[in-house]
Amino acid sequence: MLEIKGLTKTFNTASINEKRVFENFSLTVSQDDFITIIGSNGAGKSTLLNIVAGSIPVDEGTIKIHDKDITKLPEYKRSKKMSRVYQNPALGTSPSLNIIENISMFNNKNKNFGLSFGVSKKNIAKFKEIVSVLGLGLENHLETKISMLSGGQRQALSLLMATLTKPEVLLLDEHTAALDPNTSKKIMEITEKIVKEEKIPTLMVTHNMNDAINYGNRLIMMDNGKIILDISGNEKKQLTADKLMQLFKDVKTNSVLSDRFILS
Amino acid sequence: MLELIVNVIEQGLIYGIIALGVYITYKILDFPDMTVDGTIILGAAISSILIVNGVNPFIAIILAFLGGALAGLATGILHVYLKISSLLSGILVMTGLYSINLRVMKTSNISIPNKVTVFSLLGTLIVIVLFIFFIKLLIDLFLKTKLGMLLIITGDNENLVTSLGQNIGTMKIMGLMLANGIVAIGGALLTQYMGFADMSLGTGTLVIGLASIIIGQTIFKLPFIKETTMVVFGAILYNVLQSITLNLGFPASDFKLISALTVITAFIISSNKKVLKLKRGEKNVRN
Repeated sequence: MLEIKGLTKTFNTASINEKRVFENFSLTVSQDDFITIIGSNGAGKSTLLNIVAGSIPVDEGTIKIHDKDITKLPEYKRSKKMSRVYQNPALGTSPSLNIIENISMFNNKNKNFGLSFGVSKKNIAKFKEIVSVLGLGLENHLETKISMLSGGQRQALSLLMATLTKPEVLLLDEHTAALDPNTSKKIMEITEKIVKEEKIPTLMVTHNMNDAINYGNRLIMMDNGKIILDISGNEKKQLTADKLMQLFKDVKTNSVLSDRFILS
Repeated sequence: MLELIVNVIEQGLIYGIIALGVYITYKILDFPDMTVDGTIILGAAISSILIVNGVNPFIAIILAFLGGALAGLATGILHVYLKISSLLSGILVMTGLYSINLRVMKTSNISIPNKVTVFSLLGTLIVIVLFIFFIKLLIDLFLKTKLGMLLIITGDNENLVTSLGQNIGTMKIMGLMLANGIVAIGGALLTQYMGFADMSLGTGTLVIGLASIIIGQTIFKLPFIKETTMVVFGAILYNVLQSITLNLGFPASDFKLISALTVITAFIISSNKKVLKLKRGEKNVRN
């Protein structure tokens, strides 16, 4: 499980563009959580994932995975514990290598990258089976270079590879946003299947309200670096897009009202 | 005439080794490494001074490789830890190497007695062919290993190296060390082949390497030919083209200009090839 405590982050400190994204932000992700995160642009969703992954350092606060403090670990060392799928399908695969080479490399994640052959023949049958789970027919084109694949195919592979060595936390950063609606749906189905079967604690940032409602067991709405809505269990199951929009508006007006109240 | 052709091929093959080093940085790591202009002389300097002092020429080549790798290490540290841009890191080390090379050689040129080179063993052409075959084979094999593939990924998608839990900086440094070591071997062989080491040897090495890579990949691009083979063929062809231009009556001092123009021409041809393909309606799948 993942525990974020007292997180504070300010960009462009002491300049005219100073922007405080988080102030004393806390979030606990339990072992069986598949959390969908929504919120308007600039709410801090992506920054949150970047901070958890280690691409952005924190000003204050701690991040723990299974009670182990990882706040100071560099990004590549944190990668041993977590996997991430990006919005841009090009970021999750290596275009010069073929499908089987890409998969083999991720099969070797957290192990030693030495002078043994990258692709071992005895794994090919196993990988074929794993790739066939995607239902894209890629298992018959294992020798095809990634650069020949479409964005959707690459993203499906990225997702598969990110979970090949089971991570302790999975971060999905709008990973279907760059895909067409059909492919996006397919990738979401694959995501749900993998997350459920492997039981990986997952944080998924999305701009698609329906995806946020339909998938996962817990929904978080963020605004201005704060969690303004945290719904899980049965309450989440009964959620609809209209209800969610209404809740969003209510919270927004409330906060605007209280601001006005303070100012007056 | 036959002798001239053999000479051109021999020299082309030696430059093939240098081009293979440049191939590792430029094509695989995506790192335009100017260090090689200094590393080639470093290889030549180490090898010549050792041979003159009675060291076995093969050992001289191994030590040249180590010297080149150290130069690559220096460039890597400047780039990775001091965050200096790739081009500038290479230029800085290349500049520094000029003094180091002079210190190693003690004079600006050294002659090597002919009978104590690696070529005196089996005959020049055979030795060169064996060397390049061996180095090319090792590179091809290396790129099939886990570490080699990680090097390919380093140039392909830095993000992915991090995702694999590996340190991108270490990979870059390793690639630079390997590449510069190979270029230094090329320098060592070149000096044993020519019978002398000279401080002016290095200028334009990167350009020659690039020319070989681009010519090779433009002309010999066929599905069954490995990229490393294309690079070696490119280096031979480059040397052939150069000797033709020289035989046309251009003075040797025009050499560098001709080299630069060759690279520019090769760039134009290879980019036009892509444009033509697009015009013919072939889809660019890497969008």
